[in-house]
Amino acid sequence: MSEVKDYKYIGQRTIRPDGFDKVTGRANFGADLTLPGMLWARVKRSPYAHARIIDIDTSKAEALAGVMAVATAADFPAIASETLQMGETSADIRDLARNNLALEKVLYHGHAVAAVAAVSQTIADQAVELIEVEYAELTPVMDVLEAIKDDAPILHDDLFTAGLAETPETPSNIAMRMELKKGDIDAGFAEADVIVEREYQTPTVHQGYIEPHACTVRYDEDGQSMIWCCTQGHFDVRASTAKILNMELSKIKVIASEIGGGFGGKTTIYLEPVALVLSKKSGRPVKLVMNREEVFRASGPGSATRSWIKVGARKDGTITAMQGILHYEAGAFKGSPMAPGVMCVFTPYDVANVHIEGFDVVVNKPKVAAYRAPGAPQAEFAAESAINELADKLDMDPIELRLKNAAKEGTQAIYGPKFKAIGLVECLEAAKNSAHYKSPLGKNQGRSIAAGFWFNAGMSSSVVINMNPDGTVVVVEGSPDIGGSRASMAMMAAEELGIAVEKIKPIIADTDGVGLNSTTGGSRTTFATGMAIIEAAQDVVKQMKERAAAVWNVTLDQVDWVDGVAVNTADEARLSAAEICAAAGSTGGPISARASLTARGAGPSFAVHVADVEVDPDTGKVDVIRYTAIQDAGKAIHPGYVEGQYQGGAAQGIGWALNEEYIYDENGVLENAGYLDYRIPLASDLPMIETVIVEVPNPFHPYGVRGVGESSIIPPLAAVSSAVSNAIGVRMSELPCSPPRVLKAIQSRDN
Amino acid sequence: MVVIEYEAPQSLGEAVKLLSDCTDKPARVLAGGTDLIVQLRSQVGGPQLIVDLKKIPEMMDAVLDENGLSLGPSMCCAELTARQDIKTVYPGLVEAAYLIGSTQIQGRASVGGNLCNSSPAADTIPALIAIAAECLIIGPDGERQVPVEDFVTGVGENCMASDEILKRIIVPLPAAGTADAYLRFIPRTEMDIAVAGAGVSVTLDNNGICTAARIVIGAVAPTALLVPAAAEALVGSDMNDTALQNAAAAASAASSPIDDLRGTIEYRQHVVGVLTRRAAVIAADRVKEK
Amino acid sequence: MAKTHVSTTINNEPVEFLCEPNQTLLDCLRNELQMTGTKEGCSTGDCGACSVTVNGRLVCSCLVFGVEAEGQNIGTIEGIGKAENLHVIQQKFLEHAALQCGICTPGLIVATEALLAENPDPTEAEARYYLAGNLCRCTGYDKIIRAVMDSAAEMRGTA
Repeated sequence: MSEVKDYKYIGQRTIRPDGFDKVTGRANFGADLTLPGMLWARVKRSPYAHARIIDIDTSKAEALAGVMAVATAADFPAIASETLQMGETSADIRDLARNNLALEKVLYHGHAVAAVAAVSQTIADQAVELIEVEYAELTPVMDVLEAIKDDAPILHDDLFTAGLAETPETPSNIAMRMELKKGDIDAGFAEADVIVEREYQTPTVHQGYIEPHACTVRYDEDGQSMIWCCTQGHFDVRASTAKILNMELSKIKVIASEIGGGFGGKTTIYLEPVALVLSKKSGRPVKLVMNREEVFRASGPGSATRSWIKVGARKDGTITAMQGILHYEAGAFKGSPMAPGVMCVFTPYDVANVHIEGFDVVVNKPKVAAYRAPGAPQAEFAAESAINELADKLDMDPIELRLKNAAKEGTQAIYGPKFKAIGLVECLEAAKNSAHYKSPLGKNQGRSIAAGFWFNAGMSSSVVINMNPDGTVVVVEGSPDIGGSRASMAMMAAEELGIAVEKIKPIIADTDGVGLNSTTGGSRTTFATGMAIIEAAQDVVKQMKERAAAVWNVTLDQVDWVDGVAVNTADEARLSAAEICAAAGSTGGPISARASLTARGAGPSFAVHVADVEVDPDTGKVDVIRYTAIQDAGKAIHPGYVEGQYQGGAAQGIGWALNEEYIYDENGVLENAGYLDYRIPLASDLPMIETVIVEVPNPFHPYGVRGVGESSIIPPLAAVSSAVSNAIGVRMSELPCSPPRVLKAIQSRDN
Repeated sequence: MVVIEYEAPQSLGEAVKLLSDCTDKPARVLAGGTDLIVQLRSQVGGPQLIVDLKKIPEMMDAVLDENGLSLGPSMCCAELTARQDIKTVYPGLVEAAYLIGSTQIQGRASVGGNLCNSSPAADTIPALIAIAAECLIIGPDGERQVPVEDFVTGVGENCMASDEILKRIIVPLPAAGTADAYLRFIPRTEMDIAVAGAGVSVTLDNNGICTAARIVIGAVAPTALLVPAAAEALVGSDMNDTALQNAAAAASAASSPIDDLRGTIEYRQHVVGVLTRRAAVIAADRVKEK
Repeated sequence: MAKTHVSTTINNEPVEFLCEPNQTLLDCLRNELQMTGTKEGCSTGDCGACSVTVNGRLVCSCLVFGVEAEGQNIGTIEGIGKAENLHVIQQKFLEHAALQCGICTPGLIVATEALLAENPDPTEAEARYYLAGNLCRCTGYDKIIRAVMDSAAEMRGTA
């Protein structure tokens, strides 16, 4: 189906359609909208990590001149527990409401308890201080292994472990247990000549998007409301806000602003229902923006994990058994990405005997949110580290070991499907043949590799293509553009229509302006929304050919469509798209087409990274000195932005491996709630990141697209930490490999 | 953000008067604002009086002559680090100023601000003590001069009264055969607060024998510490490995760091020794290059 | 709260505005003057999204009080290039796909212009260190640095 085609636009490095707005400062992001009469809102947050709310007294705040409204959870209607799909993950809507404004209990330091709207930011700040909240402090539980102990303080009296054979009678911090298995794990280990077994630990990390959460909202007298916000999915903002406030979907219009990074973190909501309540109470538009500290304290980070991994292999490198127990912190409410972690952890390998258990555990930290391939980096860090250790023990090259066991077409994945064409072997071969992998290393340097797997998603997309009378094109889509997807949308439309990409204007419509679209996430947009655009564009081409056939009074099969021009095969007469569209009013009306679909057949995505590090033996500081990211794109629509996804994911993963972590004090207060001490990589921290785009077409997509957004964050954790291990001769099984931890490892080696 | 009243006096006299007349509310002086504005933003309340010193010419210039350096405390680090003449004479001071924050921060932050903020982790303080810098302070009762090592009295505390202003930073010309260096350790390559720091000034004779040294460690005690024992380890030596190792050990021994989010006690004690040794080598190399 | 009147120059045009003395220059640009091209990422000087120049010197506008702009010359992203005639740096950012989400882009372009004014021929390391205060979470910096180096080469060639 996906034979090599000669594309005109696909594969080019075009200028993105929104580029001019973004390099001139004209592009409007979440905090950039101001409305006449607008108020400034602020949120009052919990000073405790775990406490019962006894009383909230807002009277002094309400009495302050300039304060127009105060909101608490009492302003939300009572709602029942109900699961709502949001992006790649799902949320319990009652939990989501309580995360937006705490009811009865605060469950983490920084948990929202009330909010104010005032005529200035200064007054809003002062009003927040005047809200008096009486708490009864409870003992916080800050670690997943502490939280699962029998005598641990319980966060939720009504949370009972799901996934057990028998329904438990006592509440637990374990929200869910999940198990996947195949073969006979004991027999598998009995077959093994070499076994590695180790515990692994990863910290709470944050997506670190540079733009804080922000919205401007207006609740009108007729019950209609408008929400302007930065989100990966405005339809899910609408759905969740409507559920929390018990409103009809048609009463809420959500406009997706430009979005300053999300990485999964903007697939949920924190502010919108709160701001809407304030707007309703005050009768004025309201702007509510988090500051950076609030983003770190109270928006959803990525799960911390504790894992145990055991892998066995025969002397020839055949892996006979893989076993894992994975504990994920969910934060304050159930719903960590444990399940995808369980499903991904060993999926790069075709192994007969596998057993995985996963646990979703609540702790007194902010509720986690999706973070780029949610759940996979943590699990695959542990698994890939174990594979590297196994390669050492077998005295085998780690790429050869992986090639020997790699999943390929026909492999039965433990989470369900039998793989069609996939590109893991091709990525491993590309790594093996890279100049990087063959280059020599210097003193105090180490190298390693790791693979990564992510499912990729399809989900729902709706688009409309409108032909303008001059033959230019508006592509109306509803997938917020978080990394340049407008460019690939325009290119795919151009390819199908045969119309120059510069004549195509993709716009991201609000929730009233286009059919439903799932959230941008799961690397789905270029795949699924792209598929809808291709389908709609093919419909447009068909209509234009019909109009030409009517003008020429010939049958449709006598009309060809060549580079945006209808050609009469009988007499070579030509009608351009512009001519057809100009005359459309008299040939049957304006030309447009729509497509709505739920995309099936998202292509599994594999990545392989090679990392070189240099370790300062006196301080334990690690520098990444060379890095190569290899990944199967299926088909790269815009190679520049595909490379950008590989490089960006690699950089985030490098940060995760080396420096990023939430540091809590003994009271459960986050100590590094800012970019100063939550240390994401800087321009001066990184080398150029080399990329190799592997293209094994996805047989379910017209161009072979797989989706490229997520897999790239998976391999760096193990590739970098194993490179450190190789440089210093000590296994690094806890992230981050921060200087004190690395120095300690060096000293333990020397003693 | 704290509510403020803002004044930008044109002279030091005016500035001192504004401070001494301000009895009904807290008054703070504003230099680059890279610490102050962050602090004000994290609080509410007020009003506070903010006295901007950047309109006062003598706060903003630097004079290097046969007496040494007289530095206007509010000159931004970017301007200081661009001064090749100062960098040639006091490379350690200039590299400390260069290490403060990003390019953007250096466009505002000043050595005087770094001093008066009096953080244990301030980069320029060990560098200033290493080169025997002094603080010229002006107040309602006139002027006084205090060595930098006596200026900072605790975490975020210094010897100035609320109506005094740091007027100049005075640095003697280094003796012949003398050079300085400053190193700090941070987890990344930029932007972080020092986990540990070391400022070193060494004097070598024509045979490469160390005749004098000042070694100062930062971020490992409530204030930057002058460590005479570390200096003594170098004096009389040709800066060989043993001497350097002894200096490092003395620096580690003199440190009394805390455990915090930026580093553990053991780590800081170890690393401050490493930095001391490395900075001493750099300083000695600089003497030899002269 | 009584507001203060400020007379300043922004992008070489005389500008007047009223602000509370505790408002930062960033707040004033965005909320009083509706110049939202300058972005807020952290408000503590750690991310560089709010980079502007004051009298030609690169600073974070979140760490400058609006009242300090009195009599100064402020440069913002809105003063760099035009849609019909982009600055070389802006063009190179587009050609190299040096932006993904675009929130850090205005600050990076302002900072890059300041870098190349100071140092028309930076090494890669010099560019990386000069721009270390401009956080980007999307790109891994690779394409940004390529765009900066290419801009420098082109600007030297056309100077």
